Amino acid sequence: MNWRWLSSIVLAAAVAIVMSSALVAQAAKSNTKAPAKAAAPAGAAEKAWTVKKTPWGDPDLQGVWNDATSTPLQRPAGKGETVTGTEANLFEEQLANDLSRDRRDGGPEVDVNRAYNEHWMDARRLKITNDRRTSLIVDPPDGRLPPTVPISAERQKIRAERQAAGNRFQAGMPNIATEMSLPIRCIIRTDSPPYLPTIYNNDFQIYQSPGYVVIQPEMIHSARIIPLDGRPHIGKSLKQWLGDTRGHFEGNTLVLETTNFRNDDTVYQGANPETYKITERFTRVAEDSINYEFTIEDPTTWTKPWTAIVPWNKIDPKEQMYEYMCHEDNFDIVHLLSGARAREKNPSLNLTKPQTQR
Amino acid sequence: MRSRFWRVVTPLGFAVVIAGVWLSPIVGQQRGQQAPAAPRAAAPAATGFPAYRAPRLNGHPDLNGVWQAFVTANIDLEDHEAQAGPYTELIGEYSGWPPGQSIVEGGVIPYKPEALAKKRQNAANRIKADVSNDKTWHNLGDPEMKCYMPGVPRATYMPYPFQIVQGSSPYLLMAYEYASTTRTIRMDWKQEAPTDTWMGWSIGRWEGETLVVDVTGQREETWFDRGGNYHSDMLHVVERYTPLSPYHMQYEATIEDPKVFTRPWKISFPLYRRMEKNVQLLEYKCVPFTEELLYGKFKKGAS
Repeated sequence: MNWRWLSSIVLAAAVAIVMSSALVAQAAKSNTKAPAKAAAPAGAAEKAWTVKKTPWGDPDLQGVWNDATSTPLQRPAGKGETVTGTEANLFEEQLANDLSRDRRDGGPEVDVNRAYNEHWMDARRLKITNDRRTSLIVDPPDGRLPPTVPISAERQKIRAERQAAGNRFQAGMPNIATEMSLPIRCIIRTDSPPYLPTIYNNDFQIYQSPGYVVIQPEMIHSARIIPLDGRPHIGKSLKQWLGDTRGHFEGNTLVLETTNFRNDDTVYQGANPETYKITERFTRVAEDSINYEFTIEDPTTWTKPWTAIVPWNKIDPKEQMYEYMCHEDNFDIVHLLSGARAREKNPSLNLTKPQTQR
Repeated sequence: MRSRFWRVVTPLGFAVVIAGVWLSPIVGQQRGQQAPAAPRAAAPAATGFPAYRAPRLNGHPDLNGVWQAFVTANIDLEDHEAQAGPYTELIGEYSGWPPGQSIVEGGVIPYKPEALAKKRQNAANRIKADVSNDKTWHNLGDPEMKCYMPGVPRATYMPYPFQIVQGSSPYLLMAYEYASTTRTIRMDWKQEAPTDTWMGWSIGRWEGETLVVDVTGQREETWFDRGGNYHSDMLHVVERYTPLSPYHMQYEATIEDPKVFTRPWKISFPLYRRMEKNVQLLEYKCVPFTEELLYGKFKKGAS
């Protein structure tokens, strides 16, 4: 199944481009001013609803949830904090059209890619958030990641090495499995926080038991088992890809705080695990909706903390979350490496375009 | 949070004291002896323990906790002597495999004759791997060596802890430390396995003190152990988890596969609750330990 991941990266990029242009186009068309107030957190209007409790008294978050949305992490240039209902509808139609497998106007390569990608894409990925936000980031108020700070020479060197490996990958010339990304190697995918929507498999199952909350992301079949008993974190020298999470309830909100991340590109956007801190808040705001809010702080990467809100929607109980196997049939990694070895012997096989644009 | 913590811990503390009182004569008697064989998990008294009724959660026995088997069945389900694992000439005793007694009822797995030959071939090829052809990707080698999800029942007796998460939803989670594997038990579920998966499709039900899990839809590539014991795509496993005390469960699995075995057969062994105050599953994501073995011959400069 791993070969799907590659295309997801392609599509993620494609979607981002298509989306921003769609939003900009509409902004020009509708010529509306951005609303003066910051976007209200999702679900703020539904205060009357109260969350059920588990038999042992915790707010009940159990079930299968999905966080797919087309609202991008960062606000496209020229947009206000929200769009009108008409704009949102237009945008969804345009996005659906841009990604449709039924079109035959892009030339064979574009048409085939579009069809291939639509096949895998979670249809929920077309929907903008219910509060019609133009970015998942709600703080800073401009909906953009804060400016970065200068990083150490050592981190620059590591980033440059990763960049070089990424370039080799895109050219179809990877040297060795271990230089590929953690998702390609089937080590982690969407299971390490923050949870952000991807092209497919945006499902999360939440389990609860007395003293624990467990989040099982669909990719890759790992469980984030979170003690709520106030115990200290594991020792500082124990690093993990999912980090080490401790949780507690503040009123009806589950608050998670995670440390002990590994230093191998595990944390978001190459931040510094030594100074990185992520706090996540889960609030069930309706029977079928959880407000997932996370704040990332890393003074050695960004000038200030940033916060995003992603709505989680309960999926139809008839739908299930199935096992996501990855490493067990990771044919792709062999194909990528053997392709590179073949190109070394025969340069006429070299890609004319970067692999991510296939 | 302290108050919630103590609400959970205080009753547990009482349970520990009470259990300690009534278990102490038994523990005393059996100290230094091999635990008695447990022919039938369904009758806990037959294990030598007094009948036990577990604390309830939502009306059912509460199986929450971190558990671990202490048998050597992952090396071989059947009787096995101490043996040299791979490359003892390089790493000496690090590769020594301990001996163990069979956990199979009657001692021996009832293979069909042709299937026994395949099992022996598996054992001979257990440390080989060749992923150069998609179609023969899974033909060689113990899946454990390649860090593949282990399937059921192997996941239960691998030498790693696992955690049961039982709440108030129709789902129960089993999370295994090995390879960060998980499987969902769907309680009283009607739907059949929609497709084959590495950990299979698990339907659970309660029978008094026992959690019974019916497992179908397992990928045929998993093995039962390093000894090459295996199954086909017809594998059907029925597991029984029966609490014996606050700290022990009896595990039993009935294994049926008409393509490979002449009749259904059973394994059983106890599971022990991990008692460390700070116990938690850590990450054992073993993919990096397999990348040179599997992909090394495709790397730059490899001949």
